[in-house]
Amino acid sequence: MEDAAAGAGISLAGLTKTFRSPDGPVHAVRGVDVDIPRGQTVALLGPNGAGKSTTIDMLLGLTPPDAGSVTLFGREPRTAVNAGLIGAMLQTGSLIQYLSVRELLTMMAGMFPAPADVGEVMAKTGLERIARRRTQKLSGGETQRVRFAIALISNPDLLVLDEPTVAMDVESRHEFWEAMRDFAARGKTVLFATHYLEEADQNADRVILMARGQVVADGPPTEIKGRVGFRTLRATLPGVQADELLALPGVSSAERRGEAIILSCSDSDQTIRALLERHPAARDIEITGGALEDAFLALTADDAEPVAR
Amino acid sequence: MRGILYTRYELLRAIRNRRFFFFSIGFPLVFYLVIAAPYRNNQNFDNSGISFPLYYMVGLTSLGTMIAMISSGARIAAERQAGWTRQLRITPLTTRDYFRAKVLTAYMMACLTILVLSLAGALLGVSLPAGRWLEMVGLILVSLAPFAALGIMLGHLLNVDAIGPATGGGASLLAFLGGTWFPLKHGFLLELGRLLPSYWLVQAAHVGLTGHGWPLRAWITIGVWALLLAIGAAWAFRRDTKRVA
Repeated sequence: MEDAAAGAGISLAGLTKTFRSPDGPVHAVRGVDVDIPRGQTVALLGPNGAGKSTTIDMLLGLTPPDAGSVTLFGREPRTAVNAGLIGAMLQTGSLIQYLSVRELLTMMAGMFPAPADVGEVMAKTGLERIARRRTQKLSGGETQRVRFAIALISNPDLLVLDEPTVAMDVESRHEFWEAMRDFAARGKTVLFATHYLEEADQNADRVILMARGQVVADGPPTEIKGRVGFRTLRATLPGVQADELLALPGVSSAERRGEAIILSCSDSDQTIRALLERHPAARDIEITGGALEDAFLALTADDAEPVAR
Repeated sequence: MRGILYTRYELLRAIRNRRFFFFSIGFPLVFYLVIAAPYRNNQNFDNSGISFPLYYMVGLTSLGTMIAMISSGARIAAERQAGWTRQLRITPLTTRDYFRAKVLTAYMMACLTILVLSLAGALLGVSLPAGRWLEMVGLILVSLAPFAALGIMLGHLLNVDAIGPATGGGASLLAFLGGTWFPLKHGFLLELGRLLPSYWLVQAAHVGLTGHGWPLRAWITIGVWALLLAIGAAWAFRRDTKRVA
């Protein structure tokens, strides 16, 4: 076995995909370059329509790219899939019916050259209790857990999860991330797509931020959080100049609209304390969480320079 | 190996799907009993020298098996909607394994239909020489090949809402033009029918009536349709799997 290929992780080079639509071409992915070393847990973060799912589909070989290439552990996607190196939980999907959970997992395991033990996977994903239940009788959360088990059944080196927690309740989410971290702790590689900044922050070593089909930032979660995690503070405060407002702690930009002020804050707690101290006349104060979507758009609109790691 | 495994679970799922199973097998059976039971003593249907129960046994065998084959499309459409086809594409299962499982499952349902109708026929006093019955069954199975491909093609072209009316309507039309309900004796309908696989399917079933074998034209017509529809099914599959949200 060639050591170089075995040691190589995941490489996406110049990935591009355009879909035709009645309203003209949709540039879903516009030149994505990403290298992920073996063992990393990476979050692909971005709003809906950022190109996350299309990127994942190309990575898995489900969608052929218009340009660019995908290499998974030194192999083409199809070869890596056939070798059982890749496990994936796709964004949409339910299960085929009329099989028990155990039967379904046994069937899936039988397709791969060196599958994981079905009992072990069921134990890890909390499915033992419902092993004999037919798939059409499962709840939404149970279905997601079976789908996670299917992703693990080939005993993969890379786990790809496209918005895995969308249909889960809080408790299932917690258990799910626990199982995922357990998997990652064994030196395996994980790539998951999400539009929750929090999930990316808590579970990933690295966050790749996508917007409008491009990578707009790539770095450790703390760095990304600083870039998109701002809040907006609105208040009515006549007679104060914009540069005075900008001098407040935790403010990254300030704007005046008539009597109203609009502050973008990296630390809104600090800002509000200072604001009330220095400008007690401020009223109608409103702090809103920075919508990720807005943050992403801001990142692409103004200084759209992708940030190097 | 993995193909056989997948086929095994596919068969299991078809049998456990009680509604599908009941309507696939039960519909032709009930139909047959309703039509033929009152006339079970009529030994000379339409002055043909053929008994009434035998005539309708072979007629409903051709219809029932055709429906069994085409209805695999409904199961495919449902799997597609569930996103299962995409899930399978990230396994080592090949397209060939997948198609084989679908075709074999459809054939299993068709064989069960033949068996059930033959038993029902026997119950109503039909008796056929073993050799003739086997020849009939063999030719029916051959002439079902185009319908296996048609089911797969429709399953990958249509969504769950459209597939029911499409397969139901399509099967009725094909059965009508194939001469399932009444013999096509002459004229335009006969000429049209002779171009269709359903006509030769009915003729294959009629081997049970007359003992006359299949003409060369039957083999050619069935062969050409099987080939064309198989190409169509492969095209529909590829078009479908390019990108499904």
